[in-house]
Amino acid sequence: MANNKFLIGVYNDEDTILHAVSDVRGGGVNIHEVYTPYAIHGMDQALGYKRASMGVAAFLFGITGTALAFLLTFWTLGFDWPMNIGGKNFIPFPTNIPIVFELTVLLASYGMAFTFFVMEGLGPTTKPVIFDQRITDDKFVMAIDLSKNKDSEKNITEILSKSGAVEVNVKEV
Amino acid sequence: MAHKHENHSVEENFEFSSELKRKLIIAAIIGVALVGIGAFLINAGIWGPGGFQGAHEAGHAAAGHATEHGASGESHEEGSLMNRIIANLWMNSVYFLGISLVGVFFLSYNYVAKAGWYTSFKRIPEAFPSFMVVPAAVILILFLIPSTRHIVFHWTHDGIMDPTSHHFDKIIAGKSWYLNFGFFLARILVYFVVWYYLWLQIRKYSLLEDQNNDISYYNKSRSYAKMFLIFFAVTSSTAAWDLSMSIDTHWFSTMFGWYHLASWHVAGLAAIMLSIILLKEKGYMKGVNESAIQDLGKLMFGFSIFWAYVWFSQFLLIFYANLPEETIYFEERFNGYDGRYFVPFYASLVLNFIFPLLVLMARGSKRNFTLLKLACAAILIGHWFDFYQMQMPGIAKGQGGIGLIEWGTTLTFASLFIYFVANQLSKANLYPKNHPFLEESLHHDI
Repeated sequence: MANNKFLIGVYNDEDTILHAVSDVRGGGVNIHEVYTPYAIHGMDQALGYKRASMGVAAFLFGITGTALAFLLTFWTLGFDWPMNIGGKNFIPFPTNIPIVFELTVLLASYGMAFTFFVMEGLGPTTKPVIFDQRITDDKFVMAIDLSKNKDSEKNITEILSKSGAVEVNVKEV
Repeated sequence: MAHKHENHSVEENFEFSSELKRKLIIAAIIGVALVGIGAFLINAGIWGPGGFQGAHEAGHAAAGHATEHGASGESHEEGSLMNRIIANLWMNSVYFLGISLVGVFFLSYNYVAKAGWYTSFKRIPEAFPSFMVVPAAVILILFLIPSTRHIVFHWTHDGIMDPTSHHFDKIIAGKSWYLNFGFFLARILVYFVVWYYLWLQIRKYSLLEDQNNDISYYNKSRSYAKMFLIFFAVTSSTAAWDLSMSIDTHWFSTMFGWYHLASWHVAGLAAIMLSIILLKEKGYMKGVNESAIQDLGKLMFGFSIFWAYVWFSQFLLIFYANLPEETIYFEERFNGYDGRYFVPFYASLVLNFIFPLLVLMARGSKRNFTLLKLACAAILIGHWFDFYQMQMPGIAKGQGGIGLIEWGTTLTFASLFIYFVANQLSKANLYPKNHPFLEESLHHDI
């Protein structure tokens, strides 16, 4: 995001910004992101976000864990080093279940966490962009990437003010 | 609220039509008739799993214990068939007692957690416990009549705790401080009375709240909910030991209380969900939105896994330790009595765990009425099988089967359950209109 120019609309409350999102998008403006002090119900729909398919990732990672755990226990206890434990089979299915369960949970949770990091572009070297310090306090902020909009800066500023923004700032990141 | 919601009237009355009443009563009578026909057919040796061959098997099993059957001169066929009918009455009573009870359990933990999401359909679980009187009465009657008591509970046999008697059983005698007639009767009476009383109180304040808009009713309901949870924390386990585990008197499992409660709980959740969907399809309860349905679906999904977890923990401990006095329980279910309990045993596992796990996993399926109904049916049938395999091998022994008697008893219980619940629902507004969290619930959004 080198040297991109952003327009920052600052709003005073959640109702205004929720309606503003629809107005601004209705005016043909592409919204980069909305930052709020807390989650607002209905914001995802207003921004037109699709549901992330995190569940699918979790399922695939989980089933991988299940398969790996079965492979591990079957191979070690059944083939590589068969051991007689209490006269049971060499591959006692029920005794493997705790390991299968744990590895399923482990891979599903780690897999989801890493998927999230990759999808969101987060990593140890990521530098977060704070568009406005007050989003952690009492302000609701809408960021618009000018490079992604054909409309002029002046027009978008007007649309933002009209939609209820108390101030419109320019920020380069 | 931030975005638009359809506004529903919170005034809505469920009409328990005389036609539905008639149908339910007819269904209950058909159930009783089915039991009669089934018993006749088996007795005549015409039809039915079990039959004479099963009776022979039961004689084998009974011979080891030298029960009173031979002495009393009852023919094996009659006695065994009676075992099967009593077993059905007992297992359906325990099963439906649990579903009714989960109504007040569900309300209690939500009250104590100060949860709001469930408020829009709160009247449904609130109506469930009204049915408790029927299974409680059946259980009490079966326990009070000596002959049926002996069929259900091996430990009530004469002389079994008397060292001088040739029926003496040292292990059972060691449990006599807990398993004796007086204490047992007192316990189950206390359970039924206290459970029912606490529900009556919660119900009373909920109805008073409809008339007067006052927060004090909510607080009072909450106090009773706390009392219920504390009482139920102990009695859910002891009731499981009393009503189910003591049937197999020699055997015990430390996981049993949890396992039994998990089974009751998830069956109750499925019954709540099914009631909501059926009412919604009849045009009621439009205020119960998708998010509330999805949350209840999550509970069904989660507690199906919880049930499997507890079930498996019990199984694994016994499997691993491999002690004969413990493995006999599973041996009876896998191979005992010609393997007649093998199918119900695995049916319970598939219907209660694998099916809900796969069907309810996705978000969309917890919002899809067809899939939800499928999952509810699987869970309700599956937990019926679960109670079947808990109690049948101990009571019906070699006479167990799945036929007209089982369908009939279950049909009677189910139609009476629906009758009681529908009757209770029709007595009050379908929404608790002055409940402090109703508004939150109507706008519930996840």
